[in-house]
Amino acid sequence: MAMLDVTNLGISFGGLRAVDNFNIQIEDGELYGLIGPNGAGKTTVFNLLTGVYKPDTGSVRLDGKDITGKRVVQINKDGIARTFQNIRLFGKQSVLDNVKIGLHNIYPYPAIAGILKLPVYFKREAQMNEKAMELLKVFDLDGEADTLASNLPYGKQRKLEIARAMATNPRLLLLDEPAAGMNPNETMELVNTINFVREHFKMTILLIEHDMKLVSSICERLTVLNFGSVLAQGETSKVLADPEVVKAYLGE
Amino acid sequence: MSFISNIIDGINLGSIYAIIALGYTMVYGIAKMLNFAHGDVIMIGGYVLYEVVKELGFHPLLAVFLSMLFCTVLGIVIEKVAYKPLRNATSLAVLITAIGVSYLLQNLAQLIFTSNPKNFNIGLDFGTISLAGGELIIKGSTIATVSACAVIMTALLIFIKKSKVGRAMLAVSEDKDAARLMGVNVNRTISVTFAIGSALAAIASLFMFTAIPSLTPTAGSMPGIKAFVAAVFGGIGSIPGALVGGLLLGVIENFSKRYISTTLANAIVFIVLIIVLIFKPTGLFGKKIKEKV
Amino acid sequence: MKKKSKIKIKKSTLTTLITIAGIVLAYIIMTLLSGAGVLSNQMKGLLVPICAYAMLAVSLNLVVGILGELSLGHAGFLYVGAYTGTIFTVAMSDIITNDILRFVLGMIVGGVFAALFGLLIGSAVLKLQGDYLAIVTLAFGEIIRSVLGNVMYISKDASGLHFDFNDGSTLNSADIIAKGAQGITVHRMSTFLIGIILLIIIVLVVMNLTDSRAGRAIKAVRDNKIATETVGISVSKFRLLAFTVSSAIAGVAGVYYAHNYATLTGTKFDFNFSINILVMVVLGGMGSIPGSIIAAIVLTILPEKIRFLGDYRMVIYAVILIVMMIFSWNPKCIELRKTVSAKIKGIFKKGGASKKEVQ
Repeated sequence: MAMLDVTNLGISFGGLRAVDNFNIQIEDGELYGLIGPNGAGKTTVFNLLTGVYKPDTGSVRLDGKDITGKRVVQINKDGIARTFQNIRLFGKQSVLDNVKIGLHNIYPYPAIAGILKLPVYFKREAQMNEKAMELLKVFDLDGEADTLASNLPYGKQRKLEIARAMATNPRLLLLDEPAAGMNPNETMELVNTINFVREHFKMTILLIEHDMKLVSSICERLTVLNFGSVLAQGETSKVLADPEVVKAYLGE
Repeated sequence: MSFISNIIDGINLGSIYAIIALGYTMVYGIAKMLNFAHGDVIMIGGYVLYEVVKELGFHPLLAVFLSMLFCTVLGIVIEKVAYKPLRNATSLAVLITAIGVSYLLQNLAQLIFTSNPKNFNIGLDFGTISLAGGELIIKGSTIATVSACAVIMTALLIFIKKSKVGRAMLAVSEDKDAARLMGVNVNRTISVTFAIGSALAAIASLFMFTAIPSLTPTAGSMPGIKAFVAAVFGGIGSIPGALVGGLLLGVIENFSKRYISTTLANAIVFIVLIIVLIFKPTGLFGKKIKEKV
Repeated sequence: MKKKSKIKIKKSTLTTLITIAGIVLAYIIMTLLSGAGVLSNQMKGLLVPICAYAMLAVSLNLVVGILGELSLGHAGFLYVGAYTGTIFTVAMSDIITNDILRFVLGMIVGGVFAALFGLLIGSAVLKLQGDYLAIVTLAFGEIIRSVLGNVMYISKDASGLHFDFNDGSTLNSADIIAKGAQGITVHRMSTFLIGIILLIIIVLVVMNLTDSRAGRAIKAVRDNKIATETVGISVSKFRLLAFTVSSAIAGVAGVYYAHNYATLTGTKFDFNFSINILVMVVLGGMGSIPGSIIAAIVLTILPEKIRFLGDYRMVIYAVILIVMMIFSWNPKCIELRKTVSAKIKGIFKKGGASKKEVQ
């Protein structure tokens, strides 16, 4: 059984069918790419998967559990974490706190324990700090733990967003154009990070990307979206060689 | 008949709110700020009217014109001096500055005119109309207020749709930066918006103090807040919304005063506002805010 | 290395400690000055209001600075607390004879009622954003003021409390303790010391909350709502938490404030009162608790100190307010301040470096 099983997913905005009859099956541990021209509906798919939008049709199953139309918070608790195309960090908080916010549901304690500084506060905070630093090390951000997130350079902000998503302990990680705005060096580094996350955490990843070099070098399978529907699906090399796909990207 | 005359009184009050609310809604739509000093511009307009008629002995209609001129200039000056330096600051900073301006206007008025209420009677006689054999009496001022409101509303809608400046206003309200890139002079457009809003405030002051003839330095404050409520009611940023919101507010307020309690009229208006917002979070005609993800 | 990290105090803990030390120091100085007879009666009279305003500014900062939502009705929550707490202390005066105990219980009652209203308003406006939320809080403040401060009559006899929502004519006039617009006759109990103790507790509550898991979640809501939800944190829940805690504190501060005067009426707690507190929060720096306290002190003393300006006083105050806002937020002024502070820092660094060389 596929880990993520999406069937016949669709949504309309006004008269526009933004995503239609979208199907995808992702296996445990897979690195899957979602590509397509601008405005094809890729981010809308992410928003449907994470509950930001409620689908009109179709279903989303994660590990066999139906999560269709659930609320954003619940879907994260069920195991999907994501990053955003336009980075969304908690800019006025430190890098460490950004990751600790990601750990919110992993090390819970009541608000009153924080106000009264009860022993459980110190215990949980220590655990959080340890776990957060561990994650920051993975992403090579431990040196900037006390920096304000908005003061980080662009490439590191992208990494921090992934670190924060990983902190929620997801089963599936959705990356929305992680290489956007990066120079070739940063992109190379990002590829290494993604590969590392995948192996180190045994993570299943679905990513949207425009950088074809990146896609062809790390994705095992691809789905190509065009005008909201699936144009092609399958192994990366075969999909990229598909004349329909080439046409969609380069025009006639 | 008293029911009908209550509705008419409510519409009269509502038209005044609508004219004030227009100033709020246009400034909000274009400069994205709550201009809390707007109510005080009305008060200033009232004093100018009063002084020009009583002290200088000018004809009331000339006084109306001078009052509009004065408020227009005042609006532009306020915008240039206090708000423009904070164009890209957080909205809260601008809000506090607007409150500072409001304090300034109120206290300047108090300094010049003292806090003793002035009886606002500038000798504009609108007459009365007697209907249904004298059972229903409509004041001429009510007809003047409602027609002025209708004319202003129509003129504004046409101005915004047809004129170059009006379309620039629409563009700035949609996206300031894009408008600038397309060659719209954003600063001038904002100035024009303040000018129009303030001129409307002067007109509102004529009708407001004709209806409630007690002029004090804080007289603009509550009507200002209520007009703001009317703007939110109708959906802030929307011109038809300001009209509908203003009228509804006026009628509700008048009915509450008449049939429930004078002291609770404001509370009832605010309760209705909260109920409307619970079911229509952006007001009756407000655009749905959807953040792009 | 390990030892060093153990001694290292967290920055936030340090700020809390410094803030509290500052409050204690202010108390000692003021008490000494007052004992030496240096303090004018006017200043003495301001001590309790200053404490109350500081509490209010700190609590409003939780909503405006830390949660990032605009509230224009803080006086409403304050008034709910002041009203219910005062009714309690008045009604209980023959049952609980210990003044301090009755006062403390009154504060708890006021805090709980204000919190309930915070919860109520918070839940009603869960879907609202930005300015729409602000207008609802404004409306709430006005509703509370017109109901409690106008048409609410309460009498007390052997069988308990009786209420009348019109003109009190259904009540036995000899037993009336709350008389509509005439308000409640209060037994004055607030002292500077009680205010200082309350302020310290409130500062601890707010700063500890901010520095905890829930506080980070509240700040996350401020920084980015969508990102907050996608990491599994409910925006509504933490918005409600911040609102409720802030209202509860305002309620407690209200009970304290009310017991500094002979009567409690609603006229004082209007929109302008809420705005005054908001001005303290914004001028003190959004999210900064020590800033709120300092701004509360300055803005309570300033209007009194410029009384010599007579009629020009409030005009000058308004101008100062506008100028201060422009100075703190205008991009050019921010730039100017940065260069100046960098220069000053440069001088200090040079000084520091030369010291090191000497050592």
